[in-house]
Amino acid sequence: MSELLQFLVSGITVGAIYAAIALGFTLIYNASGVVNFAQGEFVVIGGMTAAALIGAGVPVWIAAPLAVIAGMLVGVLLYRLAIKPAREAPLVSLIIITIGASIFLRGAMQAVFDKQIHRYDGFSGDAPLRVGGATILPQSLWIVGGSIAVFAFLAWFLNRTRAGRGIKATASNRMAAALVGINTGRAMNLSFALSAAIGALAGVLATPVTFTSYDVGVLMALKGFSATMLGGVGSPLGALAGGLLIGLIEALTAGYISSDYKDASAFIVILLVLFLRPQGLFGARITERV
Amino acid sequence: MTRQAVAAGVSALALLTGAPALAEIKIGASLAVTGPAAFLGDPEAKTLEMLVEELNANGGINGEEVELVLYDDGADPNKARTFATRLIEEDEVVAVIGGSSTGTTMAMAPLFADYEIPFISLAGAVVIIDPVQEFVFKTPHTDRMACEKIFADITSRGMTKVGLISGTGGFGASMREQCLDVAESSGVEIVADESYGGSDSDMTPQLTNIASTDGIEAIVNPGFGQGPAVVTRNYAQLGLDMPLYQSHGVASDEFIKLAGDAANGIRLPATPLLIPDQLAEDDVQRQPVQDYIAAYEEAYGEKPSTFGGYAYDAFHLLVDAIERAGSTDPVEIRDALEATEELAGVTGVYTFSPEDHMGLDLSAFRILEIEDGGWKPVEE
Repeated sequence: MSELLQFLVSGITVGAIYAAIALGFTLIYNASGVVNFAQGEFVVIGGMTAAALIGAGVPVWIAAPLAVIAGMLVGVLLYRLAIKPAREAPLVSLIIITIGASIFLRGAMQAVFDKQIHRYDGFSGDAPLRVGGATILPQSLWIVGGSIAVFAFLAWFLNRTRAGRGIKATASNRMAAALVGINTGRAMNLSFALSAAIGALAGVLATPVTFTSYDVGVLMALKGFSATMLGGVGSPLGALAGGLLIGLIEALTAGYISSDYKDASAFIVILLVLFLRPQGLFGARITERV
Repeated sequence: MTRQAVAAGVSALALLTGAPALAEIKIGASLAVTGPAAFLGDPEAKTLEMLVEELNANGGINGEEVELVLYDDGADPNKARTFATRLIEEDEVVAVIGGSSTGTTMAMAPLFADYEIPFISLAGAVVIIDPVQEFVFKTPHTDRMACEKIFADITSRGMTKVGLISGTGGFGASMREQCLDVAESSGVEIVADESYGGSDSDMTPQLTNIASTDGIEAIVNPGFGQGPAVVTRNYAQLGLDMPLYQSHGVASDEFIKLAGDAANGIRLPATPLLIPDQLAEDDVQRQPVQDYIAAYEEAYGEKPSTFGGYAYDAFHLLVDAIERAGSTDPVEIRDALEATEELAGVTGVYTFSPEDHMGLDLSAFRILEIEDGGWKPVEE
């Protein structure tokens, strides 16, 4: 029984990290239809900036917001310098641009930071909490809390605010959105800034548990993207559920079947879901009118 | 005349007049200075450059200057092979050091038999020296020896039942196989065998399973990079009380920094490079270890790594062989290299023979325990 509890705790911690990354994917997709493959790099920028600042003696409560702001700035620059000049290009080209941006950012991070692995202490210390025979790190609670907070914010922002609805309108038809008076340029700008901030926040929260180095972004993005696909692209609820589900499947497979099949079982579930429900668990069925 | 042309003319003149009449001994190297194995190749290249400069400042080998021809293969076997060919045919080196990784080493190895040039590899795998190839040597100990050393320490504590938790990367997978292979002859029984991926962030399910295996007495973690640090933190999080062994792959201060307090009590096999001040006065490795650390810190302002130590040993083995051969003929250098006896390096004490081109025994590894965030040798 305590074993099951431990597996669940592990799955939820890891799943919450995937979910936070997936939520970043969701926002840019919602605004532009672009799957941003540089999303993993935002996670690393958040983690590395926080690690560098904390290493230099800056207190966590200052370093963490600064790292998120640094991620946000890079997100805006990515949009201004790489995506905006090519905004008339087809979607596939934009997606390829984000792949190029991710390679560039990885190289830049080697130069700006270093090639070492970094971590810093958990926000509430590293002494594990005991819950009915299982142990959980206080930082895991921060990660889970952070993911849920980001989810709640996105759900509210996209559906209840003018700016959020503007982002959704821009995605569904940019010209129509512009015609009804939505500033589509600002909507895109905002979505990249927020999405990068969410990625950086995920990095800041996860680094005490997962560690970070300049090259972990690709794998992070892969897991986050899988979570996005499983939950349904574009749905914040789907991103949250997809992330947690993948984390739980991995932990339970590692616990009960074999750790060798951990990644495989997660991908089998994703494939099954995509066969049966191509739009993902919570994705809306998209009908294109010609 | 443009400025470039002037500059070119000046440097051409410098080449013509600047080259001393002294004969030069050319030593080649192909290392992964950049790319995925840069953590190996970077300290190796820095070490070689530092040693060549030091050697020439002290008069070279038998009065002849040494020139290092270094190429960066980025851990790409194809590039390594091209560079090895270039080193032999165009640069006409007398010996080659290199191959930061097993892949590049094995790609280059056949060339040295064809051209009869001695080659000292800095990579870990057993295949490099087993079966023995006439012109191929290597300095690092093998992962097989790491397993044997760990198991010897486990049995000396009266334990036999071991659980493995291995990384699925090249290093972890290879060492896991070697550990399974030598378990029986070392007198231990592998009762649990778990794995994790290189970027996994939580290994508590695997550790929970190992801990609940019947009769389990010790855990061994073959792995590299951040995985072992995560395993160590999870091990502390779960409050497990059986001893945890890490591999030589994480024998660095970096590991202690990442794993934090959780690292205390962990044991691992390592080279004496980590405990320069705790080596006995009469330890033959004391001098080379302290020399290397002092020189590297002065040159680069940072501590040398285990990997740089492999290059340090390769270079000293080669210089020693050239001095003893009294010649720069590659075949005579090879013969002298094979006759190396009791040469104390930073990794271990080397004695080559026609059957053994690695020249180290288990004494090259010291079992260290982490105590209060520092290394402490375990009395044997």
